[in-house]
Amino acid sequence: MKKFTKLTSAVVPLNIENIDTDQIIPARFLKATTREGFGENLFRDWRYENDNQPKADFVMNNPTYSGQVLVAGKNFGCGSSREHAAWAIQDAGFDAVISSFFADIFKGNALNNGLLPIQVSDEFLAQIFNAVDSNPKSALEVDLENQTVTIVETGAQESFEINPYKKSCLINGYDDIDFILAQKELIAEFEQAK
Amino acid sequence: MSKTLVEKIWDAHVVKSEEGFPDILYIDTHLIHEVTSPQAFDGLRKRGLPVLRPKQTVATADHNVPTLNQLLPIKEELSRYQVDMLTKNCAEFGVELYGLGHPFQGIVHVIGPELGITLPGKTMVCGDSHTSTHGAFGAIAFGIGTSQVEQVFATQCLLQSKPKTMKIEVNGELGKGVGAKDIILYIIAKISAAGGTGYFIEYAGSAIEALSMEARMTICNMSIEMGARGGLIAPDQTTFDYIKGREFAPAGEEWDKALAYWKTLYSDVDAKFDSVLTFDAADIAPMITYGTNPGMGMGIQEHIPATGAQPEKEKLSYQKALDYMGFDDDSSLIGKPVDYVFIGSCTNSRIEDLREVADFVKDKHKADNVTVWIVPGSKQVEQQAKNEGLDKIFEAAGFQLREPGCSACLGMNEDKIPAGKYCVSTSNRNFEGRQGQNARTLLASPLTAAAAAVTGKITDVRDLLEKA
Repeated sequence: MKKFTKLTSAVVPLNIENIDTDQIIPARFLKATTREGFGENLFRDWRYENDNQPKADFVMNNPTYSGQVLVAGKNFGCGSSREHAAWAIQDAGFDAVISSFFADIFKGNALNNGLLPIQVSDEFLAQIFNAVDSNPKSALEVDLENQTVTIVETGAQESFEINPYKKSCLINGYDDIDFILAQKELIAEFEQAK
Repeated sequence: MSKTLVEKIWDAHVVKSEEGFPDILYIDTHLIHEVTSPQAFDGLRKRGLPVLRPKQTVATADHNVPTLNQLLPIKEELSRYQVDMLTKNCAEFGVELYGLGHPFQGIVHVIGPELGITLPGKTMVCGDSHTSTHGAFGAIAFGIGTSQVEQVFATQCLLQSKPKTMKIEVNGELGKGVGAKDIILYIIAKISAAGGTGYFIEYAGSAIEALSMEARMTICNMSIEMGARGGLIAPDQTTFDYIKGREFAPAGEEWDKALAYWKTLYSDVDAKFDSVLTFDAADIAPMITYGTNPGMGMGIQEHIPATGAQPEKEKLSYQKALDYMGFDDDSSLIGKPVDYVFIGSCTNSRIEDLREVADFVKDKHKADNVTVWIVPGSKQVEQQAKNEGLDKIFEAAGFQLREPGCSACLGMNEDKIPAGKYCVSTSNRNFEGRQGQNARTLLASPLTAAAAAVTGKITDVRDLLEKA
């Protein structure tokens, strides 16, 4: 799994609430049988016209905005469990997603791929959007070790929560299968006791 | 110590619990399908691992299959490749597959219960968010991502933090023309598309207890639409009667043993829930959605809430949803013409749904402006419908009865609603583009969908029932 420790980057702001995984990657792109290449269809129907022309008003088509951090409104990643959503975001070059609220399954999928979901307060999310509004190049610093996110320009900082086990997985690049298989004998014991 | 039903089942499946770590939770049954499994099988190959317990794994092809001429080779190349890949993977790893042409094939959440694979007290997962459907039997059932599919393949376990618990009680009697779908759309509209996040929900109360198993499945199915990991209902005589005699259900002594255990599966009287909500069944009208998430629903006679009445920071997203749907705020949907009616999906494609629709449309015909698709949940449902002559009723009404699959619920196969068209759908999601690019979805019950099919417009089904 991809490791994550620290990053400083400008952000791509997407101030919309309840962004579901059908918007992140529409079902018609789920026919692929590998994990690669979903990035080009990330937010496909918001990003492109039917004739594949980029929609000028969508943030990812605006060269003013770039960066490894996607910032979105609350309840990000709701709906379908498709992990393709996390793969698409990562494949498009993002390493972290910030929102004031994440849907459970998306959050788990992101963590299992080394894409860091950062849940901040509504107030801090508004501060990020404001900072990017006034200066699109406004950068964020994300520090996983210390569990902080900082708006570099203003120095405003907030801590975020993350399960300590998942944190160590991200920092070290371990995944859950490595963790469970290391204690495989417990599974057989459980099955026998059942 | 008193426990909730979720806690009883969870605790019985914990392989290891350690402070600071998620629990290692044992999974009894793993359901898989063609869309979210290929990358997981690939992962096993890369690690050189087998499927640890292939006999606890069941596969079917449902998301990406055609619903006409299923026995012919799939036309679309990528879809054919994906379905072939499932066949190949199942053969290589020793997993039972109910693929196209098999009499047990169907939507994964329809076949589990009808085959007696879904049982009270089990832990069940699937790479599909509507796995919560199986909770109707008093099982812990939830959707997972593909990395977790690989995890269950490799270990028959999942690392999971114990969820918070919520009890939703619905008491009293439902009105005429109001069913399980209306109950769940009502609850979601009340608590929002995110109101259940982090929770496992136990549905209870006299209105829930009075429901059939199939209706209970409709309720549990949509738990994810309020963000909940799962939903479940304590098993009772209705549950036991449904399971008895099914293909893979326990029989003989095994049945007696299982039944004795199942009877212990209820929340203790003084068990503590993290949240409790109570609703009155009499307040629930036939429901319909007007927006682009399942929380944007209302009683069919109500007006779409005003944009001005929304919280300030939600106004933009709210108005964006209404613009997508082509609806004005503070307006009624009654009489609004519709183009398509889709009766199907893991929410409402079981035999009772088809019977209810057939009973309503008997001696009626669809309106000229509407295309109606009925997609049964499984081969067994399809066969049963034919045995009962429902196919003849649908044909006479101008409804097209197709073959089983997820179909227009997610528009992955060719069953798509064209851009700009309105579809009254018995499925579970009204997201932008869910049923096809720029398609507009209105979620409703099978009865409300049937009423729209017959009149060609949004109709309060109660008006038609009263005339009958």
